[in-house]
Amino acid sequence: MSGAGSELISLDASELATRLAAGEVSSVEVTQAHLDRIAAVDDDIHAFLHLNAAALETAAAIDARRAAGGALSPLAGVPIAIKDVLCTLDMPSTAGSRILEGWIPPYDATVVARLRAADLVPLGKTNMDEFAMGSSTEHSAYGNTHNPWDLTRIPGGSGGGSAAAVSAFESPLALGSDTGGSIRQPAAVTGSVGMKPTYGGVSRYGAIALASSLDQVGPVTRTVLDAGLLLDVIGGHDPRDSTSIPDAWPSFADAARAGAREGSVRGLRIGVVREMSQEGQGFQPGVLQRFHESLALLEAQGAELVEVSASSFEYAIAAYYLIMPAEASSNLAKFDSVRFGLRVTPPGGGTVEQVMAATREAGFGDEAKRRIILGTYALSAGYYDAYYGSAQKVRTLIQNDFAAAFSVCDVLATPSAPTTAFKLGEKLNDPLAMYLNDLTTIPANLAGVPGISVPSGLAPEDGLPVGIQFMAPAREDARLFTVGAALEQLLVEQWGGQLLAQAPALA
Amino acid sequence: MSEITPEVVTHLANLARIALTDDEIARLTGELATIVDSVAKVSEVATPDVVATSHPIPLGTVMRADVPGQTLTADQALSGAPERDGDRFKVSAILGEEQ
Repeated sequence: MSGAGSELISLDASELATRLAAGEVSSVEVTQAHLDRIAAVDDDIHAFLHLNAAALETAAAIDARRAAGGALSPLAGVPIAIKDVLCTLDMPSTAGSRILEGWIPPYDATVVARLRAADLVPLGKTNMDEFAMGSSTEHSAYGNTHNPWDLTRIPGGSGGGSAAAVSAFESPLALGSDTGGSIRQPAAVTGSVGMKPTYGGVSRYGAIALASSLDQVGPVTRTVLDAGLLLDVIGGHDPRDSTSIPDAWPSFADAARAGAREGSVRGLRIGVVREMSQEGQGFQPGVLQRFHESLALLEAQGAELVEVSASSFEYAIAAYYLIMPAEASSNLAKFDSVRFGLRVTPPGGGTVEQVMAATREAGFGDEAKRRIILGTYALSAGYYDAYYGSAQKVRTLIQNDFAAAFSVCDVLATPSAPTTAFKLGEKLNDPLAMYLNDLTTIPANLAGVPGISVPSGLAPEDGLPVGIQFMAPAREDARLFTVGAALEQLLVEQWGGQLLAQAPALA
Repeated sequence: MSEITPEVVTHLANLARIALTDDEIARLTGELATIVDSVAKVSEVATPDVVATSHPIPLGTVMRADVPGQTLTADQALSGAPERDGDRFKVSAILGEEQ
């Protein structure tokens, strides 16, 4: 990278915010630099489905208000990419599905409204697996997104577009959504930071629902501090979401800053989940190696490692692949060819039921159909107790395991994903193999607890990014920013710069 | 354990209102049987003494004051409709000719 624009795209959101506030650079310059970067590399990456034609205009208006001495929020003028699952008044919102092609919602998601109120500059909408169903972004109706570290590999999923945009320096910030790992797993395989808040910590209003009891919106960034700054903007109670937690939250940016201070992890008890930290459990060797090295670094700073057991985590994927499709089959019933989205009339016309069936056949991709049918089966009379009912009981057991673990530790640690980024196409025809990617992330969704993925190095065997996941008790999201920022600082010192600085040059 | 047959998948597709092709039904029958076999393990630990959890963070029923709030206009609500008739959504025929 070279030139002024290249320097701007290499800066983290917090650094950009400082320069913007000091008047050293304008939001128009920062936004233009990122649009230039997108123009240069997105043909190869395909992180974006749609670009915001008004981005520069928005940036200019923010610059004008800053020049006039108006009070602006900490991230004012900083660009951001928005996962296409979030409703935006001024851009199509397709959730990666053909059935919503070109649909422009009549309202903004609450998180999007809060971005605008805080004067961030939306750059565009990012690619994703259809309705967030997947771990590779290959289930998008609009083509694959490519991992900036190796264009032949997946960027993770479902939020591969947001993770790729951030790790390819197309945007300093992005929003994601995480139902079973869709923020954390893409972060892990792209060398970025992804955080799933406590269920109810961030409003789901205007987030196109996959599984309503599991979905959470959260930040996708390059640093832990940036994730905290962004969560401070989007989080907090929203009366439009009845599952939104009404409590007040601390500043997560402050929690991240506290983590970067000397001695921040002294006495912190880190629980290492026995069932998710050892050989023979499906982890790639380099993933485990970097995981244990990261823990050792924290231990050397005074953290205490505690082995904990979570025996029911073994049942998490099974429970998830009953609960999630059950909820998805119900949520996706709204795509009925009548109120919005696609309508396909069969040859010769038909009744509304036939039109609906033809529309859903044409509008949904393979994975959406698979999950709708599976969910319909799990909820059908005669099977409900054995499948959906049992899965809900497993959910209780997993919550019990978390409660027991958190009685002896402050945070839990696991690798963020079992492997580094795999090749595009490698698991596309094997749904079960694809589902196993979410082995370590799903328990947090089932229990509603927060989780963060932070880069922990490159796997020696393939030179690809590895992430470490920390989880905390519900409502204790701040702990994740503190331990995440502490580890990040230790690793960056060791690496002599951010992990993403080691990524191959694009374009 | 698998009771997934092409007839079952056809029935489920009808319930879910998806006009699957014969090829899709054949493929889904195999895939669903595999998936269902692997998720059936939940019943191993879901003993009668375990209570079910439907919602991760328990919250009480959320009420609001019974006053009109800001809502969408008819035009906004209809803005994505495939077909409209004045201020209403236009639905395809509800009954077939024979009814």
